[in-house]
Amino acid sequence: MSMKILTVDDSRTMRDMLRLALTSAGFDVVQAVDGLDGLDVLDRENPELVITDINMPKMDGFGFIEGARKIGRFRVVPILVLTTESDPDKKMRAKKAGATGWIVKPFDPVKLVDVIRRVAA
Amino acid sequence: MDPMQAIKVTFFQECEEQLGELETGLLAMQEGSVDDETVNAVFRAVHSIKGGAGAFKLDRLVKFAHVFETTLDKIRNGALAPANAVMKTMLRAADVLADLVTVSREGGAFDDTRSNELIAELNAHCDEKAAVKEAHPEEEGDNNPFAALGWEPVSLSLEPEINEYLIVFRPKPELYAKGNETTRLMRELSRLGALTVHCEIADVPLLANFEPEQSYLSWRATLRSHQDIAAVQAVFEFVDGDCHLDIEPVEASEAHAEPVAEVAPEAAPEAVEEPKAAASVPREAAKAEAGGQGNATQNTIRVDLDRVDRLINLVGELVINQAMLTQRVLEAGAVKNASIATGLDDLEHLTREIQESVMAIRAQPVRPLFQRMSRIVREIADATGKNVRLKTEGEGAEVDRTVIERLADPLTHMIRNAVDHGLERPDARIAAGKPAQGEVRLSAAHKSGRVVIEIADDGRGIDRPRVKAIAIKKGLIAPDAQLTDGEIDNLLFMPGFSTAETVSNISGRGVGMDVVKRSIQALGGRIAITSKLGHGSTFSLSLPLTLAVLDGMVVRVADQTLVVPLNSILETMKPKPGEVYGLGPDTQVIGIRGGFTPLIDVGYALGFRTHRADPMSGVTLLIETEGGVRSALMVDAIQDQRQVVIKSLESNYGHVEGIAAATILGDGRIALILDTDAIVHSSSGRNSPSDMLLAG
Repeated sequence: MSMKILTVDDSRTMRDMLRLALTSAGFDVVQAVDGLDGLDVLDRENPELVITDINMPKMDGFGFIEGARKIGRFRVVPILVLTTESDPDKKMRAKKAGATGWIVKPFDPVKLVDVIRRVAA
Repeated sequence: MDPMQAIKVTFFQECEEQLGELETGLLAMQEGSVDDETVNAVFRAVHSIKGGAGAFKLDRLVKFAHVFETTLDKIRNGALAPANAVMKTMLRAADVLADLVTVSREGGAFDDTRSNELIAELNAHCDEKAAVKEAHPEEEGDNNPFAALGWEPVSLSLEPEINEYLIVFRPKPELYAKGNETTRLMRELSRLGALTVHCEIADVPLLANFEPEQSYLSWRATLRSHQDIAAVQAVFEFVDGDCHLDIEPVEASEAHAEPVAEVAPEAAPEAVEEPKAAASVPREAAKAEAGGQGNATQNTIRVDLDRVDRLINLVGELVINQAMLTQRVLEAGAVKNASIATGLDDLEHLTREIQESVMAIRAQPVRPLFQRMSRIVREIADATGKNVRLKTEGEGAEVDRTVIERLADPLTHMIRNAVDHGLERPDARIAAGKPAQGEVRLSAAHKSGRVVIEIADDGRGIDRPRVKAIAIKKGLIAPDAQLTDGEIDNLLFMPGFSTAETVSNISGRGVGMDVVKRSIQALGGRIAITSKLGHGSTFSLSLPLTLAVLDGMVVRVADQTLVVPLNSILETMKPKPGEVYGLGPDTQVIGIRGGFTPLIDVGYALGFRTHRADPMSGVTLLIETEGGVRSALMVDAIQDQRQVVIKSLESNYGHVEGIAAATILGDGRIALILDTDAIVHSSSGRNSPSDMLLAG
């Protein structure tokens, strides 16, 4: 069975691009539109890896990661932060919240899959 | 469609939404609401546009959005105060961003000077030094926006030299807590070259002392690779700070000094598997936090317009069918209170409700349209040196999508007019005892099955003596014409009328209010003005909610049933003997209140009969065409007034002169809907505007 990945992003464009890149690489994709929605889908879909945006309405990526890490089953599921923000502060904040790693937008599909392979079994 | 192409379409749709959000947010900020949510929403909008643009390599858009975003970020974290000057720049930047999006979508030329100007301005707000730097974007390597966003370049060593590294790696418990694992890191290292790994287990305590959340293992690895040390360090990028890491290049001489046992790294991370199963703690808590779903994005679906239109068409058929069924049942002699009649009543109500619900699918709020207007106001205010504030109300009012689309041009024109002609300059306003800042109010509201859009300004109002003088000078009315205030105001809608003495390049783009009126009428709408000298003018547009149904008057002409659109009919009358005059062999006019209006026999004009009918035998409908020309249409009898479902003829019959469309009446008969404009146009074309004014 192919790995199920949850993408959390408020931008439809980004969600579509992620879905295209990930499904072409053979992954199963489930989507959420913000942090709150992300926690809900996480609980329902049990993904094996999560890719989340930082800047989102309702609940941002940091809040989402912190929330996810509080759920027992998701304590060690790889969570990648996807954002255009490359500044080290953001990365550090994401890491502090419990992110496994990050992907900087605009992402290259090959590189994306590469990073996923890097953090997922 | 190529999937990337489809995503690009989505991207541009989303851009439009985000530009709307951006504008709304910026305007709110300008009004003083600088709460986190507003600022964040504005930031997110630009940020998302940049993100998508980057993916499609729309470099110009990325570059501009990046500078914009940087400035917004400064506001967001309090480093820059959203002062008036800053907000003005922001709004102009939003306009440029919108233009860049348009150019990116549609291609075409874009003048970089404006965007460069704004980039400089944005940077100046951020920091004076940045502005100097940005002045020569081409020469400045680090101005490349990708430098800030893209992947840091991985340096590749081109020489085939093999480097050897000794890596000592001791994870802290935090590393595991963030979902990282040694196995994966080692696997990653092995991709760089030949890897040997040795696991140190000396620190693992006895079971009694074993803490499942602790990290006891460490690894020593030797890597032989073409890659340089940066590539090796990059493997540990995500775990920086969460482990003790030591990467040492090994000199060639010592390369084989220390033989290491090859260990399967998979064996190692077992220790961390435990906590996974162990903690099942605050799942419910997190769920509670996540409660209150109700997400707008998820509660909408995107549907192809064609599908909606097909549904609307089918419902139209259903309405007709229901009307026919009712009529047939009644014809068959069913008693009014029989159960079948009651059932038919219910069916009628349900059908109406379905029709309304389906029409509502095509309805969209006027908000995006109104949002666009604030930009128009800004541009004209800048160009005319006026100080204007646009106030919008009722943006949530919903109208058919096509109506909204076709409303954009007339509305733009009217807004321009309101600022350019309606409002006074600040000094004149102060002299008149008004605040220096003028106000244009744009509002929408539902009123009796239609939507009414008002454009009101608090400017000088219509100077009626001047309007009248101009109309006389231009020969639009007779010098001695007696006109009411309302009639004078309506002169503004006459072709060839323009109040500005010199045609300004803002309002006077070759179109006048007559074109506005025509486009509103083409939508089945009506337009009216009210004005008070010194206090301003209000233009009200009354528009149908949908274009799929029409209020029509059912008439008989030469044994044919026709439908005349109700919005073009001004009045109906029965001509009296002596009111109709012949003007040559082909033209008849009818005298109405001292003026003369061309009289057109619809049956003759459409070729239903070969000679003109006697005007006394029929009924006359005084109509006004979209061009503001009045004519009298002669029909044999008026039958009914009702709402009809418009069915296009063009796909089957092509264009038929004089006929706009068709409909099916309750008795199953087909009735043609008249195109009054075309009939008037083909039958006369000889009416000068003064005819109609005398007639009015």
